[in-house]
Amino acid sequence: MSQGQYVALAYGVVLVFVLLWVAIIATKLTRLERETGELAEIARGRDTDG
Amino acid sequence: MSSRNNLPILAFSAAGLLGLAVVLALLVAPEDADQGVSQRIFYFHVPIALTAYACFGLGAWKALRLLWVGGERRDLESYTWIHQGTIFGALTLITGSIWAKASWGVWWSWGSNQLVLFLVLFLFYCAYFMLRFSIEEGARRERICAVYALFGVALIPVSFFAIRLASDFIHPTVFNRDGPQMTGTMFGAFLVCWAAITLLAYVMYRTELVGKRTDANLRELREALS
Amino acid sequence: MSAFALYTADVVALARKDLKLELRARDTLPAMLLFVLSTLAVFHFALPAGTSDDAAFGLLWIAIIFTALLGLARAWAPEREGGALDGLVLAPCDRSAIWLGKTLATFAFLAAAELVALPAFALFFAPVDLVAVAGVVLASIGICAVGSLLAAMAAASRGREVILPLLFLPLSIPLVVGGVGAGISPEGATYLSFLGLYDLVFAILAWATFEYVVTE
Repeated sequence: MSQGQYVALAYGVVLVFVLLWVAIIATKLTRLERETGELAEIARGRDTDG
Repeated sequence: MSSRNNLPILAFSAAGLLGLAVVLALLVAPEDADQGVSQRIFYFHVPIALTAYACFGLGAWKALRLLWVGGERRDLESYTWIHQGTIFGALTLITGSIWAKASWGVWWSWGSNQLVLFLVLFLFYCAYFMLRFSIEEGARRERICAVYALFGVALIPVSFFAIRLASDFIHPTVFNRDGPQMTGTMFGAFLVCWAAITLLAYVMYRTELVGKRTDANLRELREALS
Repeated sequence: MSAFALYTADVVALARKDLKLELRARDTLPAMLLFVLSTLAVFHFALPAGTSDDAAFGLLWIAIIFTALLGLARAWAPEREGGALDGLVLAPCDRSAIWLGKTLATFAFLAAAELVALPAFALFFAPVDLVAVAGVVLASIGICAVGSLLAAMAAASRGREVILPLLFLPLSIPLVVGGVGAGISPEGATYLSFLGLYDLVFAILAWATFEYVVTE
């Protein structure tokens, strides 16, 4: 590999790390959305009962 | 809680600053006479390393405040800072390794004090997560993790000296890389990259914290509703 | 009695308790002695012919570290399994006295193991000079001080026996550097001072923070 390619590799790794982090946050957000939805269901159920 | 609404601005600023940093580091800064194009890795590698140290330091600071003053939010803050530190620490090792390969032809050198120090710290902070996830949630876990974070920050200077001493008899320092004699433009580019990486770390920290706090709130809500 | 005398009395009582338990049960110390001798024997076979004495000395330190881990794990086993830690914590003494008592007791065990290991090493591999022995003593203080605190953390975790080595090994790296350096480097005194520094910094830190680790 040429020197320039190593530079590209280094900067590319940083980019990939940040993107992986974004992916993990996205997964977490999806889970949080699901859980909030479930809680909203429970709350709605409570409302109609009470 | 204060500054909750400035996160979007900070995030966009981080994006802009990072873009500027990349342009400066890769295109604008003059090529180093001695090391050639591989020296450009330095513009990101060193700020990433400095940021990792800062994250560990902040994690320890929050831990100290937790032990002194208390408050559950400090546990999450300390934990998140240490998480960022570990991410940036891993990045330091990887970018450092790539730079080593580009400069010296080897992926790893025990003679590179900075790389070895980061390896020790990385191992230490990985154990932090093992420890944290093996203890029941609660005040005790918060305190134990806080104490461990304090040990980490004490380990940094001690390890630094140890590795300096060790290089006498374990591996003679074969490869020497002087800090580049930076021209004005190079130094300017370095500063911008440092600011960009620091801001990036802070934005990541704040974002993760939002997620963790929401998680905690949701759990409380769930308990309240059921 | 002054507060200091009370504190010392507590520490001595706690250390004596552990030593007496060991004298009766006799399971930790023999295990450590046998472990360190067996490890040294394995090293003989692990080292290729013509290996320098320096390399052998490095392996001695691995033996010491892992023997210490064995001792630490066993020293905290009653607290970990029997829940005796809760009882200790309820006792009307300064929590840090628990740490100091444990550290002293573990140091006694480790020193006993080293009293066997060092002559054995000198016999099997290479002579050991006074600076090296000083290095062993100083490093052992650090090992026991830090190890006791980490073992208390491990006792609070569900994480099996492997958690203590994971926590301990990174922190032990400076100690190994100091110990090996004291043994093989011509400037042994530098390494001894370094070990003293490590002991000072981490013993104070452990002493100050132990209370937070064991309180519920």
